[in-house]
Amino acid sequence: MKEARGNRLLVGKLVLLTLGMFAFGYALVPLYDVFCEVTGIGDRTGSPTAATYLPTAADTDRVVEIEFIASVNQGAPWEFRPAVSRMQVHPGKMYQTTFFARNTAGEDLVGQAVPSVAPGLANRYFQKTECFCFTEQRFEAGEGRDMPVVFFIDPELPDHLETVTLSYTFFAQDRVAAR
Amino acid sequence: MSSITATQDQHDDHHPTGLKRWLTTTNHKDIGTLYLVFSLIMFLFGGSMALVIRAELFQPGLQLVDPGFFNQMTTMHALIMVFGAIMPAFVGLANWMVPLMVGAPDMALPRLNNWSFWILPMAFTLLGMTLLFPGGAPAAGWTMYPPLVLQTGDAFPFLIFAVHLMGISSVLGAINIIVTIMNMRAPGMGLLKMPLFVWTWLITAYLLILVMPVLAGAVTMLLTDKYFGTSFFLAAGGGDPVMFQHIFWFFGHPEVYIMILPAFGVVSQIIPTFSRKPLFGYDSMVYATASIAFLSFIVWAHHMFTVGMPLAGQLFFMFSTMLIAVPTGVKVFNWVATMWKGAMTFETPMLFALAFVFLFTIGGFSGLMLAIAPADMQYHDTYFVVAHFHYVLVPGAAFAIMAAVYYWLPKWTGHMYNEKLGKLHFWLSAISVNVTFFPQHFVGLAGMPRRIPDYATQFADFNAISSVGAFVFGFSQLLFTYIIWSCARGGQKATDQVWEGADGLEWTVPSPAPHHTFDTPPVIK
Repeated sequence: MKEARGNRLLVGKLVLLTLGMFAFGYALVPLYDVFCEVTGIGDRTGSPTAATYLPTAADTDRVVEIEFIASVNQGAPWEFRPAVSRMQVHPGKMYQTTFFARNTAGEDLVGQAVPSVAPGLANRYFQKTECFCFTEQRFEAGEGRDMPVVFFIDPELPDHLETVTLSYTFFAQDRVAAR
Repeated sequence: MSSITATQDQHDDHHPTGLKRWLTTTNHKDIGTLYLVFSLIMFLFGGSMALVIRAELFQPGLQLVDPGFFNQMTTMHALIMVFGAIMPAFVGLANWMVPLMVGAPDMALPRLNNWSFWILPMAFTLLGMTLLFPGGAPAAGWTMYPPLVLQTGDAFPFLIFAVHLMGISSVLGAINIIVTIMNMRAPGMGLLKMPLFVWTWLITAYLLILVMPVLAGAVTMLLTDKYFGTSFFLAAGGGDPVMFQHIFWFFGHPEVYIMILPAFGVVSQIIPTFSRKPLFGYDSMVYATASIAFLSFIVWAHHMFTVGMPLAGQLFFMFSTMLIAVPTGVKVFNWVATMWKGAMTFETPMLFALAFVFLFTIGGFSGLMLAIAPADMQYHDTYFVVAHFHYVLVPGAAFAIMAAVYYWLPKWTGHMYNEKLGKLHFWLSAISVNVTFFPQHFVGLAGMPRRIPDYATQFADFNAISSVGAFVFGFSQLLFTYIIWSCARGGQKATDQVWEGADGLEWTVPSPAPHHTFDTPPVIK
């Protein structure tokens, strides 16, 4: 009988460990973000938030090429493209460009653009002060319009980076909008 | 009237017969047999899917199956082999051998043991029936990366619930094995006197408990992403598909050691027997196993060097991965040192064990090549990766299982298997497995991507060779099935010790091992 109690105790501990690891799987979701923020690695490219500071002085000696890419997932009912595909910019100076989107579905849609910067290292130096990706965009059926992005490149951008790519993927936000 | 009496008599004897015996059994030997037979069936089933893949890849171009079905085959082959063949086979070996090796009368939790087996056929029925669905079986790869896997049709919830059931089965089995090993060892058998197979299983069982629930969590997140409006992995809702890869491989890398540590245990039993020397460096073997298990938790991102990790991350995962070569090297050298100046003989189990040491090491070396982050940019998702993990899983894990079956089959059935046929099976398998997988290194290095049903014509010759090898390997396993079947039916009587150099408690009980053993615990000197 002593053995049966010993078994129960050990089984109990192991079941607790199992449940704990299931919870840990979920805990990895916030831990993943915290880890990237604390260590500064990963440079989460997805965060559609505005720049928290403004440039002080433009570095007119240096020219960085910025490429713009717009994409929609297969079958998504959008026409989506940048107004210009590339720009030559000076770090520390503000620039504006636009992206054009049209709702090709027969009904009103809410869209959300998700930005991504490549190479990932450049992300923290690509500062957007105004962007259509900060908010959801409502489109009536067939409506199309130009949407602005105002940005600057932080002069701290590492020297070896000569080209930075900003890409947006446009999603229909039926589910998220419904919440 | 007499027939009723007869039924009652049987009932009193606690030995139901026929199907009911197998459905209700709580005997560790019966359940071990169930696990092993189930895994053999799954091995042949998953293997036939591999043959569909190899038949399609025999020539460039699309010949036999459409690409969608090809993707279903790669996905199902992997899921079935990992969760249906390799893992249950090792659990079956543990069920049969762990109580015999530690001198326990049965597993600690026999009813739970019955349940953890019978969940498995249910899981694989759920998974297998998706092949008949209009949209077909899951086809996004066994790694189930979103967003692709979220495009799976009606098969998707079946995939998720099948994975849940496999996880529950493994965790229940692992709990049972840990409790048996910790609480039911014969008096006098200290932890560092346990046979190495028992040690490796103790550590494997802990790995299972630590990572299977994480997989269950990850697939549950996929389920809620698809049906319940969450956005764990959906960029549109603020989630991150790369995070799935992190969570998946946090499970996935320990998982590959779950599939190889018990193999290390098997080989550490067999090589001393046929070298007629005790295992060299027993303590270091135990510590090496524990180190590998620990390291397996901090190397996961070497599966995803190409997702755009910062340099610091790449360096960390590169070096921690390479560190695993140290304890693994300790093991390989210990096996070689065990054979050194031993009086070796080469029966079938020993041949499989030797092939394991040699071919697993080749798989380990290609793993080291893949661990080099800058080089991995070239190898990632090519046939080089396919060759690497098949070398560690087929002539690695599967050969160790075959070695274990030949080694302990006389103890299970009471008969010697047909040694001539066993050797024939070994040579057919050992040659064809290399013919199959070695050329895949070359096409992989030259850039042939994995999981694609067509390829550029310059890869045609190596692929044709590989396909021929695969068919020879596949059909050789029918010979294996025949050898097991005929050994169960009859053959030369096996002695209790079976092998001249065999040492351990399992060889002190009669052959075949009676239904109940060690009702009074043996005394270990």
